[in-house]
Amino acid sequence: MELADYDPLQGKRLQVLDPEGNADPALLPALDEEVLCLIFRRMLAARLVDRTCLTLQREGRMGTYPPVEGQEACQVGSVLALSETDWIVPSFRELAAALVRGVPLERIFLYWMGHEEGSRIPKSLRFLPVAIPVGTHILHATGLAMGISYRREKDAVLCFFGDGATSEGDFHEALTFAGVSKAPAIFFCQNNAWAISVPRKAQCAATALAAKGVGYGIPGVQIDGNDPLAAYLATEAALRRARAGEGPTLIEAITYRLGPHTTSDDPGRYRSAEEVERMRPLEPLVRYRLFLQGRGLWSEAWEAEITADIEKWIAESIQKAEAFPDPAPEDIFDYMFAELPPHLARQKASLLSSLQEE
Amino acid sequence: MPSLNLVEAINLALREELARDPDVLLLGEDVGLEGGVFRVTEGLQQAFGAGRIIDTPLAESGIVGVALGLALLGLRPVAEIQFMGFLPPALDQIISHVGRYRHRSRGVYSAPLVIRLPYGGGIHAPEHHSESIEAMLVHTPGIKVVVPSSPADACGLLKSAIRDPDPVLFLEPKRIYRAVREEVAEGMEPIPLGRARQVRSGRDLTVIAWGAMVREAQKAAETLAAEGVETEIIDLRTLSPLDTGAILASVRRTGRCLVVHEAARTAGLGAEISALVMEGALLQLKSPVARITGFDTVMPLPRGEHFYLPDAGRIVRAAREIMSF
Repeated sequence: MELADYDPLQGKRLQVLDPEGNADPALLPALDEEVLCLIFRRMLAARLVDRTCLTLQREGRMGTYPPVEGQEACQVGSVLALSETDWIVPSFRELAAALVRGVPLERIFLYWMGHEEGSRIPKSLRFLPVAIPVGTHILHATGLAMGISYRREKDAVLCFFGDGATSEGDFHEALTFAGVSKAPAIFFCQNNAWAISVPRKAQCAATALAAKGVGYGIPGVQIDGNDPLAAYLATEAALRRARAGEGPTLIEAITYRLGPHTTSDDPGRYRSAEEVERMRPLEPLVRYRLFLQGRGLWSEAWEAEITADIEKWIAESIQKAEAFPDPAPEDIFDYMFAELPPHLARQKASLLSSLQEE
Repeated sequence: MPSLNLVEAINLALREELARDPDVLLLGEDVGLEGGVFRVTEGLQQAFGAGRIIDTPLAESGIVGVALGLALLGLRPVAEIQFMGFLPPALDQIISHVGRYRHRSRGVYSAPLVIRLPYGGGIHAPEHHSESIEAMLVHTPGIKVVVPSSPADACGLLKSAIRDPDPVLFLEPKRIYRAVREEVAEGMEPIPLGRARQVRSGRDLTVIAWGAMVREAQKAAETLAAEGVETEIIDLRTLSPLDTGAILASVRRTGRCLVVHEAARTAGLGAEISALVMEGALLQLKSPVARITGFDTVMPLPRGEHFYLPDAGRIVRAAREIMSF
């Protein structure tokens, strides 16, 4: 598979699996059955965790949460193409990517439950904390990638963002810097059709967001973002370029956000129920289930079995997250600097003594 | 010991830190071949290569955001923004990310980067080239703000800034880039951040200043000395964290305090220092804390900037009023 064969300016789009789960034999990556099944397990895990988060939010046990339903294929497919030492720079909707990388689930719960300890992700995982401002984190991915080049290492950086982020100035600056420095970065745009209430067509007049790569001297490719094998293949091709010193790649994955932007958002105000119903059969789990079934790798019993495993893990992780001690007052001071400066030491002492007086 | 001006002293600090630590690298617009618009980085690309002294695209947010990414990997980038007036596009990165990364990640990541910022007026520059917005930076959690006022301080403080495990904004008073020379020892020890310097001792009045204003205060002190007023000058050197101990110790001794800054008046750092003195030295005060500052206006173009910038004359007049309170 050559990225150049999928010129977004010619309206081409990479797809391995059609919506009925039929694979294009010329494109099917050489993955063994265990990995093919793992893709489903990870997508299912993300789906079940996501639904759990929505329930927890409705029960008042979690704060505002951005659902990932519909975007599992982008994240699972691309992250599985990475090696463990490649970096992942997420925005805030990368639950599936975090799970594939091995970020402990109780940390993810903790974060959305409003506890900073949720962002304590071991450095060895090379998965940066959630970035809430839109698009600003793309520059950090470029910086990491430039640093990797400076150190003559072979790792790459995979950065996730949405269609709305491509309108931000920092997207432009990140691709500008990455292009001129040939940084080993993969810019992965999950075009999920909506930036809160603004549809993709009102976001940018470009025919394809992947085509924006041309302006920075970066190859861009559009893929079917509900096809995990397309995400895997495109990421793998981008990785080959990165490791060969050929520089960054822009991947635009056309996917669909089945849920709201966050639990605070009401998509009923700006999009029709018919649109969502039309998109639902195209979502990644439906398609991939059919694909596995066609290869004799899926059965109801198997899905029930892995569902039970996932649900047990979710229940244990909720328990760990909810049993986690509340933040100590000193925590708000102690991580500001490597060494506590005098003014913060005074403010900390003042808070601690006022708490003691209460 | 060579006699260096501020530009040469900063260049020396950069050169020595680059030689000492391969993780240090420089990036910014024109910092490479050109050696920076003020020639602060002159000769460094020739000495250390274009892979370490990186001429970047013209994009301030990009420079700071990329520097943060480099720092997250464990490198120690020193980024240059050509003029503080061009910093606003990068403030988003500084406020949203640079100052927060250690806190956000519970100490898993730190952001050991330095942003060098030529700042301040008095060099007859166009619009957006003379700003002094240090109060905005000081108000931002998680960053340190350093301002040298002499070549030796610039060299020693910059070394500390580069070795600091946290982000440091290093403000260079470009008005005195070439106005002062001083002996600066090669291989000099870093000067610790967070400690003010007593430039002159005196029993009657404490003048608190930083950057180019230290020189104006020194000139004023000469005039005042001739009138029998002994002025103590405290150069803050680090604006965040503030050396409150040095400020209070001096004001408690003299009983009078005048803050001089070229930034706009309202909610400037002078207001913070004034509040600090009220909290910590009220009963020793013989007169209200006074401020000589820029105005709450746009910084004027060259032909009007002398109206805006505090100078020795304004400081002397304010000191006389304080003394006769």
